[in-house]
Amino acid sequence: MSENPSTTSAGEASVDRRRRTKLRLNSSMIIGGVLILLIVALALVSFIWTPYGPSAVDPVARLRPSSPEHLFGTDRFGRDTLTWIMYGARITLMVGIVAVGIAVLIGTPIGIVAAVFAQYPWGTWLGAVIMRANDILLAFPALLLAIVFAAVYQPGTGPAMVAVGIAAIPGFARVARSGTMQVLGSEYVRAARASNRSVPAIAIVHVLPNIASMVIVQASVAFAISVLAEAGLSFLGLGTQAPVPSWGRMLQESQQFLSTQPELALWPGLFIALAVLGFNLLGDGLRDRFDPKMEARGNG
Amino acid sequence: MDENLLEVNDLTITPAGTETPVLQDVSLSLAPGERVGLIGESGSGKSLTAQSVMGLLPEELRAEGTVSVQGFDGNVLTAKEKTLARMRSDLVSMVFQEPMSALNPLMRIGAQIAEVLRIHGEVARGDIPGRVLGLLTSVHMPDPNGARYAYPHQLSGGQRQRVMLAIALANSPRLLICDEPTTALDVTVQRHMLDLIAERVAAVQAGLLFITHDLAVVAGVCDRVIVMYAGRIVETGSVAQIFTDPQHEYTRGLLASSDLEATDARGKLYTLKTALSYAGPAGATAPAAEEPADVREPAPASAGESDTAAETASLIDVTGVSKHFRARGPLLRRRSPVRALDDISFSVAAGQRLGIVGESGSGKSTLLTILSGLDRPTSGQVRVGDVRVESASSAALRSLREDLQIVFQDPFASLDPRMRVEDIVSEPLVARGMVRAERLARVEEMLLAVDLDSKAMRRYPHQFSGGQRQRISIARALVTRPQILVADEPVSALDVSVRAQVLNLLTDLVDDYALTLLFVSHDLGVVKHLCSDVIVMKDGHIVESGSTDDIYANPREDYTRSLIAATPSLAGALASAT
Amino acid sequence: MISYVANRAIQFVLALIVASVVVFALMSILPGNAAQVALGTNATPEAVAALEAQYGLDQPPLIRYFDWVGGMLAGDFGTSYVTGAPITPVILASVQVTGILVIAAIILAIVIAVPLGTFAALEQRNWIGVTISALSQIGIAVPNFLAAIILVIVFSLTLGWFPSQGWMAPVEGLGGFLIRLVLPVVSLALVQAAILTRYMRSAVLDVMREDYIRTARAKGLTRTKALFVHGLRNAAIPVITVAGVQLATLLVGAVIIEQIFVIPGIGSELVRSVANRDLVTVQGIVMVLVLLVLVINFIVDVLYPIVDPRIRNAS
Repeated sequence: MSENPSTTSAGEASVDRRRRTKLRLNSSMIIGGVLILLIVALALVSFIWTPYGPSAVDPVARLRPSSPEHLFGTDRFGRDTLTWIMYGARITLMVGIVAVGIAVLIGTPIGIVAAVFAQYPWGTWLGAVIMRANDILLAFPALLLAIVFAAVYQPGTGPAMVAVGIAAIPGFARVARSGTMQVLGSEYVRAARASNRSVPAIAIVHVLPNIASMVIVQASVAFAISVLAEAGLSFLGLGTQAPVPSWGRMLQESQQFLSTQPELALWPGLFIALAVLGFNLLGDGLRDRFDPKMEARGNG
Repeated sequence: MDENLLEVNDLTITPAGTETPVLQDVSLSLAPGERVGLIGESGSGKSLTAQSVMGLLPEELRAEGTVSVQGFDGNVLTAKEKTLARMRSDLVSMVFQEPMSALNPLMRIGAQIAEVLRIHGEVARGDIPGRVLGLLTSVHMPDPNGARYAYPHQLSGGQRQRVMLAIALANSPRLLICDEPTTALDVTVQRHMLDLIAERVAAVQAGLLFITHDLAVVAGVCDRVIVMYAGRIVETGSVAQIFTDPQHEYTRGLLASSDLEATDARGKLYTLKTALSYAGPAGATAPAAEEPADVREPAPASAGESDTAAETASLIDVTGVSKHFRARGPLLRRRSPVRALDDISFSVAAGQRLGIVGESGSGKSTLLTILSGLDRPTSGQVRVGDVRVESASSAALRSLREDLQIVFQDPFASLDPRMRVEDIVSEPLVARGMVRAERLARVEEMLLAVDLDSKAMRRYPHQFSGGQRQRISIARALVTRPQILVADEPVSALDVSVRAQVLNLLTDLVDDYALTLLFVSHDLGVVKHLCSDVIVMKDGHIVESGSTDDIYANPREDYTRSLIAATPSLAGALASAT
Repeated sequence: MISYVANRAIQFVLALIVASVVVFALMSILPGNAAQVALGTNATPEAVAALEAQYGLDQPPLIRYFDWVGGMLAGDFGTSYVTGAPITPVILASVQVTGILVIAAIILAIVIAVPLGTFAALEQRNWIGVTISALSQIGIAVPNFLAAIILVIVFSLTLGWFPSQGWMAPVEGLGGFLIRLVLPVVSLALVQAAILTRYMRSAVLDVMREDYIRTARAKGLTRTKALFVHGLRNAAIPVITVAGVQLATLLVGAVIIEQIFVIPGIGSELVRSVANRDLVTVQGIVMVLVLLVLVINFIVDVLYPIVDPRIRNAS
């Protein structure tokens, strides 16, 4: 074009950036994605097929190790562990989806609103109050809130999901707020204001697309946390209740057979770890891809 | 001894995982005590060259070739970190560009200087505090004794750069490398720093490798100049030779576009394309440069009379404007308000081109924000057209913004990275409620006016160079056909060769659209070229105002004088070099 | 500095007040009738009314709130509706146990993570750095109760080195105390160490890219030495934040470990009270936990200016 000297320097940079805009997968994203797909597949398949019924007991084959009939072995009643793992995947995913859904839908707008308020002299204190409230909520870790809910209402999957979701709100609010502050402080938003765009329009046109990546990363991390929290609650007997299969409770029930049949702890434990690993890796991979600074670091 | 202080042979640097080198076959040498300038624009590879000499290249870069330093056994490029560490500061030292981040924020200044003495162990332990004080004094640090106990954040940028210089010269190295040491500083501070570097380098009899993008800066400090372009050395020669008789086309272009006092037959700044007819800096040979009147010719006569503009119906009136920021401290903290602007008054006539000049902290950006209605003054009145900005309703502000548009400083930050160019440029029209087809037609027309083709519309900002981005920014500002264009340092982030093109474009557009121009800049040279009148600001006050020619010819205030004296110019540089 | 700390202290007190209101509202107003909850659904109305009168539950909420807060300020958390015993001694005893567990765990985690994370950053391009990094990623995914089960299987049931459960106070016998401490503390610490290692690694990598590290190298320090002299203190700032969050997480995360190893900590007490439907005790314990989390946050806030002069002088 007309600017020969600069096109070489900035030209290189723009090639580099163009590569970045394509959906480039890194190893973290791939491994994380595969693990998550595995869990999702288990959950989906469980709706149409499982090796046995969830409550089908086989009194002859109790506490069996892996075998062709029972791939992952059986529990103390002779129920098929693989079947239970498949059903458990449903609960795990459902809790994650509902909890993260609650946190995204409430936390993100709170963060954006707090940041927008902070732009106005009259709104500074309001923004500060919102974030202070957020900090106080942060003093209630997910597990604690869930235990409180279980105490106040009946222990169950429902209160657990809501509690884990509420506890995850501050994380989203913080991410959304700092992202929004960054965007609102940018020169292109000043330009938009100078172009007569209203604040709501700026929030939709400029802020949302630019903070979406951060929110997605946070969602992935929050999903991992909610998987952990649900497993922990069920382990305590304060989450998913008796007849419904859940990984945390399987792990808890395996405890009394640790010396005789440790395999019983292996499978639920493995799947909890795989699910958490999957979402953590996906979050890391997404963060690396969205954040050019992190990308330069290489993946280890 | 005949041995060179520094010898770089066939240095080629390739980023890991790619085949295209960013630096190719660079060879250069420095005699002991010689002072060499390394000139180039962004991406030329000048900083990489310097880092190779120090053995400080980032790990992900692969370097081939040889770098040898007098007194150091072997090739710097292949030496072990431990051996290199002994060389650094002892034989070769470096001052970096960014004074704000180059010092450890958690450590006192004195300790950071003492450290470099301790590492090399040439000063007895007990003598270290005295040496630290001596070093701080030698770089003319105000209150050198107190400065020892300060943390970096308590010092200004210029002071931090002095500390860096003190550290770099503490062990009397044979070679000092300065990588754009003054680029982040204000001009008056830059002047002092340059003098100081020259003085100290002479005092310790070190060689100097001075890296910069600014030709005018290099002339005062160096004997010889090496010009780099796109990873290669294109030319090398003495300062006088490079300035008066450049051999390479690129050097000529760079020189021509750096010279804001020279214009071609059409009154335009020289660019890389028109550089052939450039005759060299004023004072050396060319009479061509002595036609500044040409440039300002389109400015209407009313411009010079801004002082008495009251009756000629000024377009902008600023009366007694102050802006105080209350430093926000939650709950307990209360700080005295910062006076960003203090009782500012001036007026601008329609068609006038007003330059607002000031260094960092002068309040010029705050003034812009208030003028454009993005913030309100603490007191005073601002009238733009028939809008009273300080008390305007949002409807009135809307109409103000139709008439007054802004071009921002940073071409990378002022365009939303996730929007297409067509959406960016048409944003001011959306607010106006124009239908999409009509908007796009206007956008296309505007892009053509800034010399971009309509293919640009569907692209994203990152696909453009800095200069092109600034064109997009200008297109966005002009798409509503405003009467007033406010430009906030629009060329300070651009390379010189691109700067000339953007300035020419601005001049054309201001003429074509009959714009009133408010041009904010720290660079007197740019303002002198572009503006008919100028306001000089310092610490929230107007120091001086009047027609550009007047102010330059007879500055009344000391500050203005020092500002003019400190602004590097090619002619001045050449005069001092020869 | 003083105004900074005072500022944080005020925020801490405000947060504590709000949190107490939230806890009270959550536990004493939302569920409706604590006496009903305590006695179960098939209690007679007379019994419920009697219990209400006994514990002042027929008073308006505002009065009950101030009674509760006033009691706590005087060191009295009230009386359990279920056991009829005072709550304060129970909380005090169990908090000590959990405190030992959690502090030992965070110290162990820091001792493991700081060198490991630093090393992983310095060796990020070598197989060893990559391995540490991958292991820490896997470590994060292992919930502490799973770690506990694995440790029990290996070190208790198979090797027989440590008891699989139980607790002994230090005064009852230091050896017995220490040997019972190992598995719970290690299972708490491993996961936290994995998380902290990742943060440490990334903080060190960030710091290594800073200009002042380049300056230090230009002064004649090697890369590694520059990191130790100039980098680690800078890297500490983000790591302190994370360690604070982790300590808070551990406090509650210890609940499950206490269950597995049958340790009479505050978590066990909490779970037992929930199972007994003993809302007053739950309320007291939750308040104590929230108080501890806020105290940790406050301490972290106060640590910043000690490390960072920019915050110290920010007035």
